[in-house]
Amino acid sequence: MTVISKEGKQSGRDLNSKISLYDVRKKFGDHHVLNGVNLHVAPGESLVVIGASGVGKSVLLKCIIGLLRPDSGNIEIDGSDIVGSSEKSLQNTRRKFGMLFQGAALFDSLTVWENVAFGLIQGMGMARSEARERSIHNLARVGLEKSVADLVPSELSGGMKKRVGLARAIATNPEVLFFDEPTTGLDPIMSDVINELIIKCVGELGATGVSITHDMASARKIADRIAMLHDGHIIWQGHVDDIDKSDNAFVDQFINGKSDGPIRVEAVSN
Amino acid sequence: MIGTINLFVTSVGRGALNFLSVAGRIAVFAGRSITRSVLPPFYPKLIFSQMISIGYFSLPVVGLTALFTGMVLALQIFLGSARFNAESAVASIVVIGITRELGPVIAGLMVAGRVGAAIAAEIGTMRVTEQIDALETLSTDPFRYLIAPRLIAASITLPVLVLVGDIVAVFGAYLVGVYKLGFSPVTYIQNTMDFLEAIDVISGLIKASVFGFIIALMGCYHGYQSRGGAQGVGAATTLAVVSASILLLSADYILTELFFIQ
Repeated sequence: MTVISKEGKQSGRDLNSKISLYDVRKKFGDHHVLNGVNLHVAPGESLVVIGASGVGKSVLLKCIIGLLRPDSGNIEIDGSDIVGSSEKSLQNTRRKFGMLFQGAALFDSLTVWENVAFGLIQGMGMARSEARERSIHNLARVGLEKSVADLVPSELSGGMKKRVGLARAIATNPEVLFFDEPTTGLDPIMSDVINELIIKCVGELGATGVSITHDMASARKIADRIAMLHDGHIIWQGHVDDIDKSDNAFVDQFINGKSDGPIRVEAVSN
Repeated sequence: MIGTINLFVTSVGRGALNFLSVAGRIAVFAGRSITRSVLPPFYPKLIFSQMISIGYFSLPVVGLTALFTGMVLALQIFLGSARFNAESAVASIVVIGITRELGPVIAGLMVAGRVGAAIAAEIGTMRVTEQIDALETLSTDPFRYLIAPRLIAASITLPVLVLVGDIVAVFGAYLVGVYKLGFSPVTYIQNTMDFLEAIDVISGLIKASVFGFIIALMGCYHGYQSRGGAQGVGAATTLAVVSASILLLSADYILTELFFIQ
């Protein structure tokens, strides 16, 4: 896994992409959620997809991980297409992935360390004693003490759950890390802590990062590049520093959080 | 008039299509679950813990219902058969009725309520909190890890529960027969054993195994398909119990015909 410099990240697209989406479409009933999404993520890059709530960011992420199958289009991971690939090869591709879910999605029947070690024990067949040691090490990487290891998820606060979720995501040293709304439901300080941890963990692993969020503070902090999803398309993408001069009315409305603009907010009453 | 007929035909058609699509989805889900249940990797620890929660913890409820069913059955059959002076048949009819029919059905319905609902609620909660998605991202097949252990455990433990239930029910009937209806203990036991055939018990146990499979399958299916938070999980729980109960009773008829009508 090579880490590309900041300059290299912007030019290292297309052929050398870690993840490439070509004309990905997905509809539910008559509603076209993704309507031809094209997107490329370079190795070692951190891409953040922004967009309004309900615009299909989660659907996009689930398509990339293979939890949802797009209706048409291609999704390539390291050059090999995962759309239409067998369950087995999909599972092999997923070994490269780690994911932090919105609500952390910790298994509540298992202890904290068993959660963190899950991918090591079930996915990689590691012995429990060794996996426990590795879990405690991974918990330390996200700033949690050893005493947390034997608690169950219901005993943890929201921020701690996110940290454990992060420790679980990085436990198998994945090549690609996905973050689904990593700061939702956290206070601003804890949000910043999680953002810092994401940057640290992605950096240490040299992993590629793909995040979806509507929290601009978080997006600005963790992104190398930002893409905006609206109406089933990527309507703008560019370097994080360029987002304030995008000349795109949709992007401007979103990043400045205005209720009036081209993005129509659904009225509460019909 | 034509409008009303149209509306009627449309709604019947839509209902039929919905029914078929649900039946199809359940069949696909069942097929996938069965192949994952018989092919490795297996999770023996998970199967064992499911056997404890499905089987062992259902013992009190199955035992109590079986006891009262046996008692009331003895009383009713005694009163009924008194009309044509056949009181001596009480013990034999009770034991055949229990082992062939009431044991598996009553245990099945009680377990459908207790276990089917619990499975649907647990898997449904895992679905809506994205724990099932998390399993997949951690290279673990949810069908193998969550569903197969429940199906295997339920199919194995239900016959054991029913066997216990049969014994308790017959014991309940014995108590009523001896202490309330005045049978002699020896005659009652002799009558119980004399007309009992192996097929009576075995058919009941096979039924129980099928019922266990149905209960776990419905719990898993409705939990797995649940959407939309607490309300979705609540609906999944209800559907799991209702559909398991109905399927169980229809399977009961089909199995009875297969066993006893040539």
